[in-house]
Amino acid sequence: MSSNGTMIRKKDLNFWQKIYIPEIIKGLRLTLAQIFRPKVTYQYPEERFTPPASFRGRPVLAEENGVERCVACGLCSRVCPALAIEVQAAETELEKERYPIKFEINMVRCIFCGFCEEVCPEEAIIMSNEYELVFTSQEQAVFGKEKLLMSTEKLRPRLEWLKAHR
Amino acid sequence: MTEQIIIPILKISVVLITVLTTVVFLVYIERRVSAFIQNRIGPNRVGPFGLLQTVADVVKLLMKEDIVPKNAYKQIHDLAPIISIGVALSTFAVIPVGNTMEIFGHEVKLIIADVNIGILYILAITSLGVYGITLAGWSSNSKYSLLGGLRSSAQMISYELSMGLSIVGVLMIAGTLQLDKIVLHQATYLWGWLPAWNLFLQPVGFITFMVASFAETNRLPFDLPEAEPELVGGFHTEYTGLKFGLFFLAEYANMITASAIITTLFLGGWHLPFAEHLGLTPLMLSLLQVLTFCVKVAFVLLFFIVIRWTLPRFRYDQLMDLGWKLMLPLAIANILATGLALLFFS
Repeated sequence: MSSNGTMIRKKDLNFWQKIYIPEIIKGLRLTLAQIFRPKVTYQYPEERFTPPASFRGRPVLAEENGVERCVACGLCSRVCPALAIEVQAAETELEKERYPIKFEINMVRCIFCGFCEEVCPEEAIIMSNEYELVFTSQEQAVFGKEKLLMSTEKLRPRLEWLKAHR
Repeated sequence: MTEQIIIPILKISVVLITVLTTVVFLVYIERRVSAFIQNRIGPNRVGPFGLLQTVADVVKLLMKEDIVPKNAYKQIHDLAPIISIGVALSTFAVIPVGNTMEIFGHEVKLIIADVNIGILYILAITSLGVYGITLAGWSSNSKYSLLGGLRSSAQMISYELSMGLSIVGVLMIAGTLQLDKIVLHQATYLWGWLPAWNLFLQPVGFITFMVASFAETNRLPFDLPEAEPELVGGFHTEYTGLKFGLFFLAEYANMITASAIITTLFLGGWHLPFAEHLGLTPLMLSLLQVLTFCVKVAFVLLFFIVIRWTLPRFRYDQLMDLGWKLMLPLAIANILATGLALLFFS
C-alpha cells in the first residue's frame, strides 16, 4: 500500500523502483530522520503519566463529606461482566437510608470496562485516574472500602467529564 | 623467538580483546540506535548513559540455568555454539588493521596471520559458520529450531556463491589473494585525486557483496533463521544461559567481521586519503591508519543497524529469487565486465 492508500503492484513499478537501491536510500533517509525527532518515552519512576479525564483507571468509591455516596443498590455488582464486585447493604440513620457495610472489588478480576460507573445511579463508583496497581498475593488484590474510598475533590476532572459526555 | 611467538600472541590478544569489547558496546549501540529510530530513549539506567547494560545482561546470562532438552543430542548441542563463536572470531586473523608499524625496533605487521590466501581463508571459514547454526537446529530436537537451521543452511549456501563471485572482480584488479596487498593496491589514486578504493572501481561487486554479507550474518532483512515471529527464535530456541550467550556473541562478532571484510575489500581498509602528505611521524601515521580502519568499520556497523530498521524481512521465496536470479547473474556479469575493462584499459 502506498501512503495514499492505493495498492501498488509489482508490474506498475518503474525501473528505478525495481532495482531497489534508490528506494532503499529513500527508506534510509526516513529512518535516519527519525533519530532527530523528539522522544516519546516517559522516564517512569521519576516522570509519571497523568492520564486525561477520559482515562479509565481503577474504580473507586466517591466520598463526600466523609461518607460514601453509595446506597448499596448492587447494580454495579449485577452489571460487572467479570463478577469482581461484591456489595453487602446495611441501614443507616442518614438521609440515604442504605449504605454498603461491605464493598469489595477484586482487582485481579476487574477488566476496567467502566460498566459499573455507567450504571451507577448515584455517581458513587467512579473510574479514577490511578493505574499503578501492585499486589503480591490474591488476598491483597481484593480492595475493601478502606482502599476504595476517594474524595470527590480528587475525582473532579472525571466527574466533570462524565457530566459533559454522558 | 620473539618474532615467532610473543608478537603473534600479543597481536591475537589485542585483536580478541578489542573484538569482544566491541561486541559489548555494539549491543549497547544497536539497542540505543534502534530506540532512537523508534523515537524511544533506550537503555539508560545501568551505569552512565546505560553503558553497563550489556554487562548486566551478560551477568544475567551467566547466572542462568543451562537447560538441555530431554531428547536433544547432547554432545552436538554443546558443540554447536562453540563452532559458531570459533568461526566468528577466527576470521579476524587475516584482516589487516593497519600498515606495518615499528614498535621498539621491531617491524610489526598489523595483521595476525599474513597468509597469501587471505580471501580464500575467509570464504572457507565463514562457510563453516553454517555448521554451528544447522547443528544447533538439528540437535535441539525441536521443530522450530530445525526449521531455523534448515533455512539457515539453504540461505547461506545460496548467498555464499554470489559472495565468492562478487569478490572475484576485486581479486582480478589487485591480482592477489593476500588481503594487505589488496589494501595497498587500494591506497593509490585515480587521476590523482580519487582514492582507488574498490567501492569506486567495483560498485556492482560492492553491492552484491554487501547484500551477501547481510545474508551471511543473518541480519535483517535476511534474518530468516531467527525470524522471531515465525520460529520462536529459530535455531537457538532451545538454548539457555551461557550457550545462548555464545550464539549472541557469535552473531555480533560475525557482524564486526563482515564489516571489517567489507572495509578491507571495498572501502580501502586502513587507507586514509592524503594522510601520507600530512607529514606525520611513521608511528603517528600508522596509528592514524588503525583509527581510520576502526572508524570505517564503525560506519559499516552503523549501516547494518540502520538497515535493520529500514527494510522488512524478505519472504522465503523472495530471498531465494534474489539470491539465485539476481545476485548470482549480477556477480557473474560483474566478473565479465571487469575482465573486459582490464583487457582494454591496461
